[in-house]
Amino acid sequence: MSAGSRDGLAVTLDAIGTVAIVLGVLLTLVASIGLLSLPDVLSRMHAATKPQVLGLLLVVIGGALHLRTSVDVWMLVLVGAFQLVTAPVTAHVVGRLAHRGDGVRRDLLYVDELVDTPDTADPGPDRPEPDEPDTEDPDAPGDAEDTDVPAPRGGGRPEGA
Amino acid sequence: MTGLPALLDAVLVVCLVLLGISALLVVVRLLRGPTGLDRLVALDVLVAEFLCGLVVYAALTGDSALVPVVVAISLVGFLGSTTVARFVRRGTDR
Amino acid sequence: MTDRTPVPPRPAPPDSGGLLRRAVPVVWLVLVWVLLWGTFSWANVLGGLVVALVVLLVFPLPPAPGRNWLRPGATLRTVRRFVADLLVSSVQVARQSLEALRPGPPIRSSVVAVRLASSSEFVMAMAVGMLSLVPGSVVIEARPQERTIYAHVLGADDAEAVAAFRTQVAVLETDLVEALGRPPAAGAPSEEIP
Repeated sequence: MSAGSRDGLAVTLDAIGTVAIVLGVLLTLVASIGLLSLPDVLSRMHAATKPQVLGLLLVVIGGALHLRTSVDVWMLVLVGAFQLVTAPVTAHVVGRLAHRGDGVRRDLLYVDELVDTPDTADPGPDRPEPDEPDTEDPDAPGDAEDTDVPAPRGGGRPEGA
Repeated sequence: MTGLPALLDAVLVVCLVLLGISALLVVVRLLRGPTGLDRLVALDVLVAEFLCGLVVYAALTGDSALVPVVVAISLVGFLGSTTVARFVRRGTDR
Repeated sequence: MTDRTPVPPRPAPPDSGGLLRRAVPVVWLVLVWVLLWGTFSWANVLGGLVVALVVLLVFPLPPAPGRNWLRPGATLRTVRRFVADLLVSSVQVARQSLEALRPGPPIRSSVVAVRLASSSEFVMAMAVGMLSLVPGSVVIEARPQERTIYAHVLGADDAEAVAAFRTQVAVLETDLVEALGRPPAAGAPSEEIP
């Protein structure tokens, strides 16, 4: 009797895990479609965020439910945590480059509030940088280094349309 | 009750197939992507789907030997794409 | 996490939290180490302790943000809202991806500037990270001096959607500030004074 109920529990956990995996995989599939169908790099990045975050999390949860007896389950927890920490960094780096370069179709932007604000805090992309971290180094000294836009609007709040 | 585990295994196999299809779609973007950043994003997604595939495979076989591989790839993939972004910066900017 | 270099205009506050606060990253690193090995044994804990201390000596962290511990209730609420955001916008971006398959004008987006109420860089970093994790919004620029973040919002094609995103960020920020145990009004000036 107890063995039977334990089997039932195992099958239930397997079933829940499988459902999580199926959801994650479907999300990943739709994300891949979005990667093909969306118009520019920045839009595609939104699709790319899904398999990296929710898709992988769901699959990892499902996998952990399947492998529940193994000590490696904790490693799966770590995979999820690492992903949550690292995905925004990559997204930020790529998104920033895409907006500065030709990764965004400006004609598809309803409003672009970054264009009319000059980048004073940061050396431009073409300049060699003095130090290592290139992801978030907004405190680099220097005021008027990047003069893409001639008329600075001050530090006030840039209002959109 | 005997049919359900087999059904679950079959579903997992279907999931692997779907992941394969997704990976093919991503490879299309990887090959076509007009800019380096497109390829970078596609590569990131490909890594994520590879990780998903490994976890699903581990769940299917009940063999957790691949799990450390998943940890390693999730870290190396991050380092790789961030490093590549640094070089893309000077390549495709105006 | 990339903030290894000390910030020039803001001097590091003196050791206000004491030894206990400085032990927090050590505990986290030891936890990660033990999880990596999968089994809890004293050998693992001691090994993790050594690794954590070496890592923190070689790569010292910036001073710990805030003076208080996390507030459990507000933290839970933040996490819950984040998970809800994650689910809702994942489905939304999935729908937008599929709709983009149909012939017609491609989807329009916006780059929205949002000025944060809090001057804390930690709150900003957390908000940027969480916004980037949620599909549908990617932060492409963050400027702590101006307390402004610039985010690309997929499908924001009218003033209403832009305003909705601003509200979303404001709610997120309020949540974060509450979870970190600092009222928003006191956040700005008290940041400078240790």
